[in-house]
Amino acid sequence: MDNRPDSVRIMTPVGMLGAGWDEATIERGLALGVDVITVDGGSTDSGPYYLGSGTAKTAAQAVARDLRSLLKAAARADAPLIIGSCGTSGTDSGVDWVAGMVSEIMAEEGLDLRVARIYSEQDAAGLKEHLDAGRIHPLPPLGEIRAETLEGCTHIVGMMGHEPIVRALEAGAQVVLAGRATDTAVAAAYPLMKGMPAGPSWHAAKIVECGGQCTVDPRAGGVHTTIDADGFTIEPLDAANACTPYTVAAHMLYETVDPFEMREPAGTLDVREATYVAVDERTVRVEGSRFHTADQHTVKLEGARITGYETISFSAIRDPLILGDLETWADLLRTHLRRRVSQTLGLTDDDYAFDLRLYGHNAVLDDLEFETGTPREVAVMLLVSAPDQATATAVAKVANPLMLHMPVPRMNYLPSLAFASSPAEVERGPAYEFVLNHVVDTITPTAMFRIEHDSTDGAHHHD
Amino acid sequence: MTDTPPGSPPVTVGDLALEVRSKNAGPFWVTMELFMRDADGYRVVADETFIDEHVIARLYRVDAGTVRMFRIPSLNVVKISFPRPVSQGSLRDRDMHAGQHHVPLAALPVPAGAPITAGAGRG
Repeated sequence: MDNRPDSVRIMTPVGMLGAGWDEATIERGLALGVDVITVDGGSTDSGPYYLGSGTAKTAAQAVARDLRSLLKAAARADAPLIIGSCGTSGTDSGVDWVAGMVSEIMAEEGLDLRVARIYSEQDAAGLKEHLDAGRIHPLPPLGEIRAETLEGCTHIVGMMGHEPIVRALEAGAQVVLAGRATDTAVAAAYPLMKGMPAGPSWHAAKIVECGGQCTVDPRAGGVHTTIDADGFTIEPLDAANACTPYTVAAHMLYETVDPFEMREPAGTLDVREATYVAVDERTVRVEGSRFHTADQHTVKLEGARITGYETISFSAIRDPLILGDLETWADLLRTHLRRRVSQTLGLTDDDYAFDLRLYGHNAVLDDLEFETGTPREVAVMLLVSAPDQATATAVAKVANPLMLHMPVPRMNYLPSLAFASSPAEVERGPAYEFVLNHVVDTITPTAMFRIEHDSTDGAHHHD
Repeated sequence: MTDTPPGSPPVTVGDLALEVRSKNAGPFWVTMELFMRDADGYRVVADETFIDEHVIARLYRVDAGTVRMFRIPSLNVVKISFPRPVSQGSLRDRDMHAGQHHVPLAALPVPAGAPITAGAGRG
């Protein structure tokens, strides 16, 4: 690379593109000086639906608002903008969704930044070659996969490390729209490219990936980080907010299995020896972070498949006679429902499944619930899953008279319960599950990812 | 020392904590943290004779061999991770982000005679 700078300054405005921020925080970041702007655009945290369907969790208007702010800031600072896991799950459709908005906004704002898209979606046939060659390995708690598992996924993405992002930047990209990337790769890529040490670069990237989550007031906006040869220094963008040694150190706990080590494609971040020292009342200095390069570079896969089609029905109980004998009531409903479905639809128990949830009683913890006592009112949610939507809805409709009139044994009459809406049934469409928690031993760190550079006339060029 | 009058509710782990939380750590794991108020509270929950992998396994009906515990005295934190018992987003997943599953852990009664400051309870 060109001359190695003494430090790299990163502005991370928020933990998730589309969550929004106060523009004053961006102004303050620009005033502090910014070499790169990074933001995460996705997560698996909200479930497998977004990967399975290839759609975004965030509202387009909210993402567009944030993009406009960041594109203008990137142009003013002459700093690259890197967005990871575009469109929530980082599917190709997610990258294109964000790229479309970027293109529109740049036209409206008269901006002319060079955009690169990095696609991370994987096809089952290509992965089968890796599988046959023994290059795909399970991570706990999952086991080995078979080719059918790959073929059954609606979408599979590989989580890129920093390498494809660095390649796009080196090719001249000023805006990098990455498909699925590790949360940390998004912020680590630029400092690594500029020759900053791996330990501080990856550790800083982990701390900033959730924006203000590592500050005293996570709702007050993002953070500004400076990485240098010995460590990194971090402060909130909002001058009234603070990072403390405690809030920064504690962020290593957030949504991680292991608070000391974090595996990335290229190796493992190790913060056991890291020190967190207050520079002033709102700024923290971190040193001692290490990164152990792995013998084998790996890319983690995420895949989702359809488990069935779901229909929800929702009623509620206020009658203390039923609430006092609620488990009996629920058992009766389950038994009668199975019998009626068999009689009317001719389905066996294996042809469909349902979950009867008693909100207000034990819905959240189920058999882990330890509190006893009679609730004041209970919401009854019936969630039905079947191989097709019509069957799921038919089961829910068969349940409807039971959810309206099911008595408890001490009643010699039929009560009428409180449906929340009519029709009571709500079709949820396809439901998904994550089925991959596996890594691929890569041939090269970039081979599984495809980089396309958009020219300002809208055409695409392969890297 | 714990010195609660007869009949009063027992002091729980949650009473000694700033925050007890749970969350997904990726789609296949759940992780929980006990952020304790002070070193005394930390010593109570970090004590392996009080909370260990087997206690967690019983509380959450998981295999003790899969439970990972991290004791971090510099933060007064005990962190606990184990594979998600119910697949995220599946028909029987009632807590998509696993964000409410800290409650049984927070409700654990602290052993009688534990070296804690009296009146530390939160609300």
